[in-house]
Amino acid sequence: MVKLGFSIGDLQFKNPVIAASGTFGYGSEFDDFLDVSRLGGIVVKGTTLEPREGNPYPRMAETASGMLNAVGLQNKGIDYFEKNIYPRLSEYNTNVIVNINGSCIDDYVALAERINKLDDIPAIELNISCPNVKMGGMVFGINPVSAREVIKAVRRVCIKKLIVKLSPNVTSIVEFAHISEEEGADSISLINTLLGMSVDVRSMKPSLSTITGGLSGPAIKPVALRMVWQVANAVNIPVIGIGGIMNSDDAIEFILAGASAIQVGTASFIDPQASVKILEGIENYLIAKGFSDIRDITGFLNCSK
Amino acid sequence: MTKRIESLKVIDNKPLKKDFFIIELESSRKLPEMKPGQFVQARIDGSQETFLRRPLSIHDVDFVRNTFRLLVQVVGKGTESFSKLNKGDSLNLIYPLGNSFTLPTKGARTLLVGGGCGIAPLLYLGRYLKSQGIIPDILLGFRNRDRILEYNDYEAVGNVFLTTEDGSAGEKGFVTSHSLLGKASYDKVFCCGPEMMMKAIAGWCRKNNTDCEVSLENLMGCGIGVCLCCVVDTVKGHLCTCTDGPVFNIKELKW
Ligand SMILES: Cc1cc2nc3c(=O)[nH]c(=O)nc-3n(C[C@H](O)[C@H](O)[C@H](O)COP(=O)(O)OP(=O)(O)OC[C@H]3O[C@@H](n4cnc5c(N)ncnc54)[C@H](O)[C@@H]3O)c2cc1C
Ligand SMILES: Cc1cc2nc3c(=O)[nH]c(=O)nc-3n(C[C@H](O)[C@H](O)[C@H](O)COP(=O)(O)O)c2cc1C
Ligand code: FES
Repeated sequence: MVKLGFSIGDLQFKNPVIAASGTFGYGSEFDDFLDVSRLGGIVVKGTTLEPREGNPYPRMAETASGMLNAVGLQNKGIDYFEKNIYPRLSEYNTNVIVNINGSCIDDYVALAERINKLDDIPAIELNISCPNVKMGGMVFGINPVSAREVIKAVRRVCIKKLIVKLSPNVTSIVEFAHISEEEGADSISLINTLLGMSVDVRSMKPSLSTITGGLSGPAIKPVALRMVWQVANAVNIPVIGIGGIMNSDDAIEFILAGASAIQVGTASFIDPQASVKILEGIENYLIAKGFSDIRDITGFLNCSK
Repeated sequence: MTKRIESLKVIDNKPLKKDFFIIELESSRKLPEMKPGQFVQARIDGSQETFLRRPLSIHDVDFVRNTFRLLVQVVGKGTESFSKLNKGDSLNLIYPLGNSFTLPTKGARTLLVGGGCGIAPLLYLGRYLKSQGIIPDILLGFRNRDRILEYNDYEAVGNVFLTTEDGSAGEKGFVTSHSLLGKASYDKVFCCGPEMMMKAIAGWCRKNNTDCEVSLENLMGCGIGVCLCCVVDTVKGHLCTCTDGPVFNIKELKW
């Protein structure tokens, strides 16, 4: 048996494969395809205080090795989540993490306080990196001053593990990683989607109703990997790698680059079983390479010539 | 209803007129229950040209032979690659997905209206209606006679009426101008096709106080209700075409 577990502080994860926010619903959508409880964790859809309708259709476009989305945090709000979704989530034997989003700092703080009361949610993922909303979201995540303010304010109230999800749409990702660590984040996850655009030449219009949107999938993997490597070398808290992970080799690249865990996003659209296949692939890789603990390869990247 | 992910064997791939073709697929397991109006999310394993799956309606099911068919129009890279599948190749599907048409009560006067690849789900629907003792009128609209698909199958389940935009076959004009709509009245109309056509039929149904369901073809990221890319604006707010639809009653839509 190889050891696959990792931890954020005293919060144990049974393995490093986590489903990414906005790509895994609330888990139940995948019940027909896999046993959700096998995963290390799931991050549920981005949640806001009030219900949100999101952006108008069309909200997606396929791109070379990826897709653009402009969903804009459509969700039914924290009240609905607490009453109708949370009770079902407690049945999964895995760490369920809520991805929180706001238009202002008070929203984030209020959400963190609401999550404090939910015993079966051990961590929040602070999303300061959504590119698809006009107010809040990435606006916080690309400005060092406001990023610091929102992380500080949430940390002050949050009794759960605090994971800060970073935006790649910045010049120095390390600067934002340092800010997160300094303000008391327990972990950093990255990357959210890269701001992009697509044009429909037949109609001569933008493909998305919002013109620009968030790029995900294999197209962003090299950028994500570079940023994870830079951040893992700069901070002492666990880093969760996200971006274009389609198979276990992709996942292992991130782990070798220093990620303690990874999140599977867009891959679940193409293969709803991608997350468990990645988990099995990581285990097989470790066995084949003769390692007994995943921590033996975390950040193991050999950069000597 | 349980969804599954499965590689199915292509046992036939037959080109039709112009850019249409029919793929027949065989499952190595017993087929799940599939309802008229439901769809599949298809992808060729390892496809380099496309990234996401492509939604396609269930065109016809043969539970005895354990096979079902898809009627597809080539419009881009994905559908083009499906058209090139050979017998013995496999196609990976997530299915069955979505809700289904609401079946009318016995004796209901029923009309099916389809245009282009939107005629695909109407055959299975018609077959189902027939098994329930309902013989529907089936109104199919095409651009011109070269575009008319084989409709023998449809004639086996209902009374088929045709329109072409240039009058080269059937009545000239759009489906909404067919004389049938002036003569007959219906309790229930089912429609699938280009959005303009569905909106026109919805308008006719509103005017005539006829219950009407349409099947939408919104762009889809996942097909299983998690990406929230496929939404349609309804009286209840944004709903997912893939899980709340693809079939919607026009009363729900803001058309
Ligand atoms: C529930 C459902 C059932 C469907 N059933 C069938 C069916 O039975 N038979 C069939 O032939 N097709 C069906 N379609 C449509 C089919 O999914 C698309 O034609 C297909 O995805 C196009 O893929 P492609 O790679 O060939 O084209 P792409 O290269 O992806 O696109 C080519 C062009 O078509 C446009 N386009 C593609 N899809 C759509 C869309 N959904 N709405 C508006 N514009 C679009 C693109 O913007 C682009 O300009 C269905 C769609 C849905 C949602
Ligand atoms: C349709 C869609 C919706 C998303 N919604 C959210 C969200 O609500 N909150 C969030 O933090 N990230 C969201 N993301 C970003 C993903 O969690 C992930 O960071 C990103 O897609 C990169 O990973 P991937 O390439 O594996 O998909 C979304 C991504 C997609 C494609
Ligand atoms: S296609 Fe993803 S939610 Fe409908």
